[in-house]
Amino acid sequence: MTFRTNFILDCVSSIGWTLMNVGFYLIIFQFTPTIGEGTGWDQDRFFLFLATTWFINSLVQAFFMPNAEEFSELIRTGGLDFALLKPIDTQFLISFRKVSWSSLSNFAAGLVIAAVALYRLAHHETDPLVPSALSVVLYVLFCGCGVVIMYSLMICLSATSVWLGRNQTLYNFWFYITNFSRYPMEIYNRGWGTTLYGLFTFVIPVLVVVNVPARILAQPVNPETSDQWWLVGWALVATLVSVAGSRWVFRRALGSYRSASS
Amino acid sequence: MIFSTALAERLVYRGDFALGTLMRFLPIITQIFLWFAVFDAIGSADGNDATEIGGFGFRDIVAYYLLTMIARAFSSMPGLASGIARQIRDGEIKRYLIQPIDLISFLLLNRVAHKIAYYAVAIAPFAFVFYLCRGYFVDGWPEPHVLAAFVGSLIMGFLIGFFMEAAIGMIGFWFLEVTSLLFVFMLFSFFLSGHMFPLTLLPDGVGQVVRFLPFKYLAYFPAAVFLNKIPDDQLPLEMAVEAAWLTFFILVCRFAYSRGLERYSGYGG
Repeated sequence: MTFRTNFILDCVSSIGWTLMNVGFYLIIFQFTPTIGEGTGWDQDRFFLFLATTWFINSLVQAFFMPNAEEFSELIRTGGLDFALLKPIDTQFLISFRKVSWSSLSNFAAGLVIAAVALYRLAHHETDPLVPSALSVVLYVLFCGCGVVIMYSLMICLSATSVWLGRNQTLYNFWFYITNFSRYPMEIYNRGWGTTLYGLFTFVIPVLVVVNVPARILAQPVNPETSDQWWLVGWALVATLVSVAGSRWVFRRALGSYRSASS
Repeated sequence: MIFSTALAERLVYRGDFALGTLMRFLPIITQIFLWFAVFDAIGSADGNDATEIGGFGFRDIVAYYLLTMIARAFSSMPGLASGIARQIRDGEIKRYLIQPIDLISFLLLNRVAHKIAYYAVAIAPFAFVFYLCRGYFVDGWPEPHVLAAFVGSLIMGFLIGFFMEAAIGMIGFWFLEVTSLLFVFMLFSFFLSGHMFPLTLLPDGVGQVVRFLPFKYLAYFPAAVFLNKIPDDQLPLEMAVEAAWLTFFILVCRFAYSRGLERYSGYGG
């Protein structure tokens, strides 16, 4: 809180960005009842989806983004030596050094969007939707899984600085990949999009990050739609695989690290 | 001399740059899928009876996003306003007062060179993407006079972008810190320029106000011209309005500079 004006400015600009996105989707929903035919993503459900994106991204940006950025920089400058000397797990030390509190303003924005969407869903004239306690618990759990998957991806990307020297396109790449996670996965599943759908579900599992929790809350995964359960199961597997994968990449990176100082 | 230095400066990292330009098109992929899903939900996205919203069909919208990339490449001025404000704050602007160069012309020439260098390298990735996406341009190439208007609107878009941002940078003469102002400006310009969606999709009341503002020349207008969305009989008038906005911003920028210099007290070394 040292640079108060800067903090407030960061908050204002992220909230401005949120408002622009909300405006954009409000405009889209002026023309269409749902995103994709028969997908069930109507306005209120989609805003719940959007809120989920906001929750997960804000957590990643607040807790991991500044640290991944610093990790790249430590590799480049040779500062990583000091982290390696410390008697605790290096990945743990690297991952939790800083917190960018202003990014949490997006979390607050997400809460507002979710609250409005849930209120409207609960007051629908035909089949109002009130999530059960179980689905809320699962929602929080799978949002956590989503954060972990994103974190793993970010660690892998920033670890590549060891081999590339400097990784300036890291954030562009991060932005472009996570861009795919911002929409319901059904929309990719057609034509040549099926390749992307498969790639981003199974190889780089960014599509399950938001889709699984949002689906649990907005379109309850229940025994009648059991075909959705594989996705939930896969989200769990993907989380575990991502953590293991990021750890492996991190260790490989440390193995190839040659200090840059003297 | 200024020109050739700036040109050489930009051509140093061309490989990395071409790749970066190509990557910049990636978000369009998600836009294609999003809009297909939208058009799919309200009717048919393709074929003869394709649905239109705000005068744009599905293919038009994709073509629109591709064209706004070109327009933004012309009109965006990264670091211009903040650079001017920094020079004022650091006192570096003094050198324009003691040397026979005009700040605004110097910066403008610099930007022209940068843009030319940019296009010298970016033309390959741009051409590649447009070739891949040629199917989205339903009407093919526009008529010669529309094409001429398109080129004209791009050049004026570049100049409007330049003088608008330079004028904002001049505010640095009055307030030493303009970053906050720039934030707000960037947000507005992103949304109101039509970078996120064609401005005709806006609801009527808001749409009329937004289409009156100068922001639309930074992205929406050139794309709309190319796609024949501006009727022929309105095209000359629209171009005249764009020229009027350009003149307005040149005057504001010049005025702010001369008044600013009077106030200027030369902080720093």
